[in-house]
Amino acid sequence: MVFKIARKHLCIPYVLFLLLFVIAPVIVILYYAFTNGEGQFTVANFLGFFTSGNTVGTLLYSLFIALIVTCVCVLLAYPVAYILSKMMGRKRSTLLLLFIIPMWINFTLRLTALKEVLSVIEGNLAYHPFLNTVIGQTYDFLPFMILPIYTTLCKIDKSYVEAASDLGASPAEVFFKVTLPLSMPGIISGIMMVFLPAMTNYVILDMMYNSTYIMGSLIGGYFSAYNWNQGSMISIVLLAIICVATLFTNKFTDGEEAADRGAVL
Amino acid sequence: MKKNQTENIIELKGIKKGFDGETVVENIDLTVKRGEFVTILGPSGCGKTTTLRMIAGFEIPDEGEILLDGKDISSLPPYMRSVNTVFQRYALFPHLNVYDNIAFGLKLKKMDKDEIVAKVKHVLDVVDMEDFEKRKVSTLSGGQQQRIAIARAIVNEPEILLLDEPLGALDLKMRKEMQIELKAMHEELGMTFIYVTHDQEEALTMSDKIVVMANGHIKQIGTPEEIYNEPADAFVADFIGESNIFNGKMTGMLKVKFCGAEFECLDNYPKDTLIDVVVRPEDVILVGENEGIINGEVISVVFKGIHYEVTIQSGKNEIVCQRTRAAAVGEKVGIIIEPDGIHCMISGEVVNRYQGVISRRHTVSFIDSEFECDLTMLYPGSVLNDDGNIVKADGTVVDPVGLNVLVEMPVEKLSMSDDANAGGACGNIISLIYKGDHYNYVVKTKNGIEYMLDDEYLWNENDYVSILCDKKDIKISLLEKEG
Repeated sequence: MVFKIARKHLCIPYVLFLLLFVIAPVIVILYYAFTNGEGQFTVANFLGFFTSGNTVGTLLYSLFIALIVTCVCVLLAYPVAYILSKMMGRKRSTLLLLFIIPMWINFTLRLTALKEVLSVIEGNLAYHPFLNTVIGQTYDFLPFMILPIYTTLCKIDKSYVEAASDLGASPAEVFFKVTLPLSMPGIISGIMMVFLPAMTNYVILDMMYNSTYIMGSLIGGYFSAYNWNQGSMISIVLLAIICVATLFTNKFTDGEEAADRGAVL
Repeated sequence: MKKNQTENIIELKGIKKGFDGETVVENIDLTVKRGEFVTILGPSGCGKTTTLRMIAGFEIPDEGEILLDGKDISSLPPYMRSVNTVFQRYALFPHLNVYDNIAFGLKLKKMDKDEIVAKVKHVLDVVDMEDFEKRKVSTLSGGQQQRIAIARAIVNEPEILLLDEPLGALDLKMRKEMQIELKAMHEELGMTFIYVTHDQEEALTMSDKIVVMANGHIKQIGTPEEIYNEPADAFVADFIGESNIFNGKMTGMLKVKFCGAEFECLDNYPKDTLIDVVVRPEDVILVGENEGIINGEVISVVFKGIHYEVTIQSGKNEIVCQRTRAAAVGEKVGIIIEPDGIHCMISGEVVNRYQGVISRRHTVSFIDSEFECDLTMLYPGSVLNDDGNIVKADGTVVDPVGLNVLVEMPVEKLSMSDDANAGGACGNIISLIYKGDHYNYVVKTKNGIEYMLDDEYLWNENDYVSILCDKKDIKISLLEKEG
């Protein structure tokens, strides 16, 4: 019998990868999250998470920091994306490149450079850990906000803007009644790409001398202390938050638009 | 809305518009009366949409003015004009439902909510889309979106409704229905409609007045009957409906010669005037051999539903005839054309004229063209000496470089080549008209110089060609030196 490679066989490598590095670990995490040290089923980890002031506090702090960073990113990225989308030809590609180039530089190197600049301005970095965390995260995540908004803005048919103007909308009204609502999928995409990493990326906090724990540092902490069960439970909670957020935003934009958001999610 | 047929609602005066240095429309003068249904008709790329966009305010004319009710609005932004547009691909807002789409303009005017509801209901009734208020735009068919787009525009009660090929995306049957409905809507609303299309049948069906455009210029303005029965030139005749176009010549009082025979006609031009003769296929009458004015042989018969299209070869000319009875290929026939079926118009240029300068290489050049020429034509009896200067008959020597000359190249002496380096100028074919035994072409260069020429063979529109002309056929003569 001759073995023929059909198109569907091409996905075999990825399916294997998926099973080994995504599905299996999730099952393992689920197992640890709902067992105790002796391997017996328990919901103590779950209850522990929500009764301990320490973990709930960390969750709230993470949400808070992620919220601030996301807001700052949206406010900075939207005008940039808007201007970029209005530009023509070479000028547009050059400027776009300028915003993308930082993504090509190693992230520790980038942050070290940022630290140098900040310490020149602030003197001692340790005085403003929260501010520096926000600056660091914003600096790191901004391109992930600009790109989806820019892509969505570029895709908005010019005739919508013309139609609105034709119907009597001033340039400001055109923006708030047509351009902004039509670019919502891009903004949501950007939020998804910034908000969740901002909750967990504790390396930036470490580098900015911010000793407050966020979700990422908490998980790291438990796993380094060999408390795999509690660490797994926190991961599961985080996973649940991500799932709920995704479902919510998919409801918010409709399915069709979500599909052409041009984003990872 | 008050109806006053004598009042001009919009006037375009000397409008010119270009993009990136290339002129798209020029010398547009157009007057539209209140309540008229005016159609701007032309092939794609003729500047009709640009003209409409200038009326809407999406483009600002480079020159000229647009008067709305006597006031110049040419630099007013679109949102300050009482003009609404139905877009080619509808441009309905995807994030709003049908009701909110239609109410968009009314809400901006801060109109009372109850009044908005009533008006939206009314226009939905006008476009026959009752009870669609809550529907999402993406769930509507093309025809339904079309109706909503019209409703969204007319709900604002604009003085003028602009329609940019609104039926282009619909299938044939739907298009026919919408044509009739649009016409009825126009009568019901009493609004002025300016309609842009490339479909001549659509224009003939719906309009009070048709504006035929080509290559950025207005070719003819008239009622559908005028445009069809008395086209201003061969281009209009060719574009509006099927037609046979021949080169002809007046041979006497109400007599014109074409296809090798003399025909009686109703147009009176001086003897020997060169004429473009237009004959509609339905005016060609087939009779028995030797019973008509000219004889021919049937070379093709095509069944078209309500009639047969019969092509007859008569000498070198092909004549197309429409009739209800079939004919057999190879059949020998005679042809009669009644005087009222022959439309004569003074033919376009037979000589291409340009102003040029003599250059160092003994060529004449103008803008982006350069042709070899015979310099001795400038002075009778002159010769060229070894230095390349002209020696006049009386012995004086003239340096020809930099002389301003008039260049004349007869249409029939020019030819085309697809080798871009072969000729003195290169350009794209912008128009072609079949004239019985040859095609008449207009070639436009990058910088806008137009060459008219005849060729036996069929080239395609937009073909990039070079223009050839023999040295001896280029007539040059001195222009008076300025200053």
